[in-house]
Amino acid sequence: MKLKRDIVGLVVIAIIGLVVMFGAPHVLQLFTIINLTTAIGLALLALSLGLVWGYGGILCFGQTAFFGMGAYAYAICAQNFGQTSGAVIIAIGAGATFAAMLGYFMFFGRISEVYLGVITLTVTLILFNLLRRTSGPEYKIGSALLGGFNGTNAPPLQVPWDAQLMLFPQQLFYVSMGALLLCYFGCVWLIRSQFGQVCVAIRENEVRAELLGYDARLYKLGLFSIGGGIAAVGGVLVANGIGRVTPDLFNLTYAAQAIIWVIVGGRGTLLGPVLGAFGVFWLTSWLGTQSYFNSNMVLGLVLILFVLLLPRGLVPAIGSIAKVSQQRTVSRRDRMRSRRRVARFETSGATDAT
Amino acid sequence: MDFLAALILQFAYGIANLALVGLGLAIIFGMMRVINLAHGEFLMLGGYTVVVATNLGINIWIAMLILAPLVVGAIGVVVERVLIRFLYGRVVDTLLATWGLSLFLIGAVTAIFGPQTATTISAPIGPIAVGDYGTSGYELFLIVLTVALFSGVFAILRYTKLGLLARGTMQRSDMAAVLGVSTSQVYMATFGLGSAIAGLAGGVLAPITGVVPTIGATYIAKAFITVISGGTAILAGTASAAGLLGAMNSIVTYLTGPTLGEVALLGAAIVLLRVMPSGITGRFFRKSL
Repeated sequence: MKLKRDIVGLVVIAIIGLVVMFGAPHVLQLFTIINLTTAIGLALLALSLGLVWGYGGILCFGQTAFFGMGAYAYAICAQNFGQTSGAVIIAIGAGATFAAMLGYFMFFGRISEVYLGVITLTVTLILFNLLRRTSGPEYKIGSALLGGFNGTNAPPLQVPWDAQLMLFPQQLFYVSMGALLLCYFGCVWLIRSQFGQVCVAIRENEVRAELLGYDARLYKLGLFSIGGGIAAVGGVLVANGIGRVTPDLFNLTYAAQAIIWVIVGGRGTLLGPVLGAFGVFWLTSWLGTQSYFNSNMVLGLVLILFVLLLPRGLVPAIGSIAKVSQQRTVSRRDRMRSRRRVARFETSGATDAT
Repeated sequence: MDFLAALILQFAYGIANLALVGLGLAIIFGMMRVINLAHGEFLMLGGYTVVVATNLGINIWIAMLILAPLVVGAIGVVVERVLIRFLYGRVVDTLLATWGLSLFLIGAVTAIFGPQTATTISAPIGPIAVGDYGTSGYELFLIVLTVALFSGVFAILRYTKLGLLARGTMQRSDMAAVLGVSTSQVYMATFGLGSAIAGLAGGVLAPITGVVPTIGATYIAKAFITVISGGTAILAGTASAAGLLGAMNSIVTYLTGPTLGEVALLGAAIVLLRVMPSGITGRFFRKSL
C-alpha cells in the first residue's frame, strides 16, 4: 500500500517535471527562461544539501563551497580547453573531490555536528575571501584570469560533438531541467538503495549502525562526496545562467539561502528543498523589485520563524496533515470500537488491582 | 634588532586580533554550548555604535570602551530573552536561529544606514617608532587591551561570586539549579557578557577595518576557527588557539602576502581538529578556565 503510493507520487513528480521541461519555453518569455535556468542551478544546490543533511544527518553549512568550486572549475576549464563537455566533467569531479578531501578530515576526526557545521561554513567564507583578493594579473590558471571581485567569464555550454555549436538559452533550459530531473531521481534511487538505507540508519543512530558493522565514516564520506558532485552540477548551471562566476557564489548569502531552502521545504525529503529553492528564489526576486523590505531581513525572519514554529518544514507538515485527515475518516469506526475495548479493559484492570 | 622587535609586535598583534575577535564567542560557547552565528553581526553593531556616537560628538574613547559594549550587551540580553531561551538543548536549532538573526541584523542595518558607510573613524593613536621602524601605536593599544580583557574575564570568573555561579552552571546546570541558582539568569548574564565583549571588540576594531553591514562575514571565519580549535575552556582555549593560529597566519602572511594567510589559518585548524577533535583544551589544560 505504502510502496504503491510512493511510486504513484514519483510518477506524478516525473510527469510534472517533464511538462515543465517541455512546456515552459513555449509559454514563458525568454528572460524568465534564463532566470529559471539560474533557479534550477540553485535548486540542485538545495537538492544536494537536502540529501546530505536530510538523509545523512551531516550538518553542512557550507554546501556553497562545492557549488562555487564547480562553477569556478567549469569556467576555468572551459576557457582553457575551448570546449565545455570536459569542463563539466572536471567541474563535477572537482566538487566531489573537494568534498571528499574535506570530509576525510571531518568524519575521520569524528568532530561533532556543531563543529562540522561551523567548519564547513568557514571553508566557504575563506574561499570567498581568497577569491576576492585574486584581482591582479598574476592570479591566473592557464589562460583564465581569476579576476578577483568581478570574477571571470563562464562560456556557455556547447553541443558535445561540435565545439562551434553553442546552446541557445532555450536549449540550455532543457539541459538544466533534464539535469535537475536526472539528479532528483538519482537521489531518490540512491536513498532507496542499500547504501542510502545504511546512511539513514547512521543518521538515526550512529552507534547502533556501527555496532551492526557499518563504518559510519565511510558511508558519510561517500554521501558527502556525492552531495559535493551534485552541488557542482548546480554551480555549472548557475555559471551558465549568469554568464559569469564571481566570488559571491561562495558568500554568506548563498550559504544561508541553501539552509533556508532546506528548512522551509523540509528536512528528510528531497522534493521539499527543491520546491523551497524555487519558492525562495521567487520571493527574493520579488523583494528585489520593491524597496520596502530588505531581502536579508525577510530571509532572516523566515529562518527564525521556521526554526521556532515549524522546524520540520512545509512538505513534511503538509504530508502529515494529509495523512492525519485521511486516517481520521478511515478509522473513525475502528476508534469507537477500540475505545469501548479500552473502557472494558480499564474496569477489569481496576478490579484486578484491588 | 629593531626589525626583530617590529616583527614580534606584528606577531603579537596577529594573535591579539584573533583572541579579541574570538573571546565573546568563546564565552557564550564555553558556558552555554551555543555557537552564536550572529557573532560577526554583534561586532558589526559595536562598530556602528562607535560611528554613530562619534558623529554625535561623543569622545571616541568613551564610545569605544563604554558605549559599544553597553549597547551590544543590551542587544544580546534582548536576543537571549526573545530568541535563544526557547532553544536551549536544541543545539542545531540554536545555530539556525542565530543565523537567521545574523541575516536579519545585516538587513536591518543595511535598511537604516545604507549598504555602504562613508564615515571612517581615524585611529586615535598615531604611529610610533620602534628604532628605525615605524609601527602603529593603535595596534599596540589593542594588544594591551586584549591582555587586560583576558585578565578581567579571568578575575571575574575566578574570584567573584558571579563567576563561581557561572562556572557551577557551566559544569552541571542541573546541580546548580537544585542548589538554588537561577540558571536562566546565569545564561542571560553570560549571553549579555559575551555580546558586550563582542561589541567592545567590534568597537575598537572599527578604526582599523571600517564598518559596512556585511563586515561580520570577515570576522566570523577567524572567530569560529579560533574558538573551535580552542575547545571548551574559555580563556585557555581561546588564548592557546589564537597563539597557535595567529602565529601561523602571521608567518604565512609575512612570507607570501595576505592572500594565503587566512587559508593557512583554516588549513592548520582543520588538521588540528583531525588530531584533536575537541580542540586544544580537549587534550591539554583540561582543568583550566
